[in-house]
Amino acid sequence: MTAQPTTAPGTLVPAQGGPPRERTPAPRRRARRTVGDWATLALAVAVGALIAVPFLLILVNSFKSPADYSTGGPLSLPSALYTDGIVAFWERVDFPQKLWNSFVISGLVAVFAVTLSVLNAFALGIGRIKGRTWVVLLILLANMLPQEVLLYPLYFMFKEVGLYNSIWSVVIIFTVIQSAFGTYLLASVYGTFPKEMLEAAALDGASRLQILLRVVVPISRPTLSVLLIFFFIWTWNEFLIPLTFLVSNDVQTVPVAVTVLQGDRLMDVTTTSASALLGLLPTLVFFLVFQRTLTRGITAGAVK
Amino acid sequence: MPGQRRHTYWVYLVPGLALLTLVVLVPLVWNVYLTFTSYRGIRPPEFVGLDNWVELAGDTVFWTSFRNSVAMVVAMVVVPTGLGLVLAAMLFDLVGKKFGGRVASFLRATYYLPQILPGVIAAIVIGWILRPQNGALNTVLGAVGLDALQANWLGDPRTALPSIMVVLVWVQIGYPVVIFMAALQRVDPELYEAAELDGAGWFQRFRAITVSIIRPEIFVVVLTCAIAALKVFGPVYALTGGGPGTSTIVPAYYAYSEFFQSQQVGYGATIATALTVVIAVLAVAFVLVQARLERAEEQGR
Repeated sequence: MTAQPTTAPGTLVPAQGGPPRERTPAPRRRARRTVGDWATLALAVAVGALIAVPFLLILVNSFKSPADYSTGGPLSLPSALYTDGIVAFWERVDFPQKLWNSFVISGLVAVFAVTLSVLNAFALGIGRIKGRTWVVLLILLANMLPQEVLLYPLYFMFKEVGLYNSIWSVVIIFTVIQSAFGTYLLASVYGTFPKEMLEAAALDGASRLQILLRVVVPISRPTLSVLLIFFFIWTWNEFLIPLTFLVSNDVQTVPVAVTVLQGDRLMDVTTTSASALLGLLPTLVFFLVFQRTLTRGITAGAVK
Repeated sequence: MPGQRRHTYWVYLVPGLALLTLVVLVPLVWNVYLTFTSYRGIRPPEFVGLDNWVELAGDTVFWTSFRNSVAMVVAMVVVPTGLGLVLAAMLFDLVGKKFGGRVASFLRATYYLPQILPGVIAAIVIGWILRPQNGALNTVLGAVGLDALQANWLGDPRTALPSIMVVLVWVQIGYPVVIFMAALQRVDPELYEAAELDGAGWFQRFRAITVSIIRPEIFVVVLTCAIAALKVFGPVYALTGGGPGTSTIVPAYYAYSEFFQSQQVGYGATIATALTVVIAVLAVAFVLVQARLERAEEQGR
């Protein structure tokens, strides 16, 4: 992450999903497809297939019985639909509980981190306080540091105040880490906020807090929703800190629960596959639902 | 309104900075302090001066972990950026134009899929495919008569690191593709048409136009991926635990194992701090080089 200013995402990035560039519909070109074009398409599809293969393998094998697996191997289709592997894993880790934990943690972090980012960015981007570049850099530190640096001191601190092994420890840590990126992005977005609008609101007698809540937040809502989704999915996928701070079964997240069972001797090969399926399913669903918003956000975050 | 009591904006920074101090700055300083102590987590830390740092300098495991970091940089930065450039240009320039944007968007989403998985889940998926007995890869190799190539992919020191690298390439490849494709929308199509009329081939156009125009995005991708590569932990934890031996150990995993397996907190803190220094130096150097290149380019015009 660099300290360069980013421009407002909305201004940079056209909507995704449609044709990548409306400027060149070029129907006359589309008519002339050469052998080379088809070869390129074939290559691009082959790469896609290669990337998707692991997902398909997991899907196929999650519904096989261990006996089916040992006779047919990992590549055959299931001879009968077998769901015991999924059920066994579901029950062994109490999957609904893990889903709920992940959901609560990621949801709280997303909301808190967006709120914190907005407050920070209001001061930095709109208030343009002195030394703002240095403040942004300082805040960005949270994002750049390897998390191992924070691990032991935080472990000790949270133990002292009784938050160790509570989801709140993880919520607090990731609120700070995610809001670092949010502050970085939003501060530059707010830096380009139309001044007339702020002045008009001030003339109408709005207080600073009212301006923040009634003018700035509503106008930047698209960016905020991208950040919300980002923070949710990033927090959902986190591993090291949840692994360290959430030790008992009833507070663990999905990735931690799936991983700690891998060494378990009771896990047969199809149950392992089922556990991976259950672990990836929630993010997959999330991805499909929010695909457009996400890709827009990724590009917003990266383009300077 | 701007200019009017500007300092009162500081109020809005109070919650953010307070939390930052608590969760990042205090632990950071604390961690640096711990590097000067011998601390096993039970009795209070005992000040030992530079002992940990001296030990670190002569620790072959530590240097191995950094050598493996170079492999991670290859797998997470060099290969995905290179491949990502070609794939993005292919999707945008050829597939998108000749076969329609929907085809290109669909392929882009497919490439991006591994990116949305929790890293450890992705690792488990691949680890499961790489199992020595009845794993999918060995089964495929057997089925096509390449039994000689079958291997204990993660259990053999010779193949463990390359296997993890392949996992990371698979995970990372979608990120540059998505970003580069967005960046390519800035390129003026007339540039391509003019170049085409002048007789420039696809590769010449790719090098002269595509790569030079999306250079800022390439910088961002390289920097963010390089930081991520140095911080890699989840896949190593889930796939090999740094083994066999130390063949796949990385600094983050080494620090973790010192903290929680060997209970050598002071030494773990030293490894983590060294890693921080490397990342910070890299990030600063990178930003400086980038700024210099941009200045040179502006003057060249």
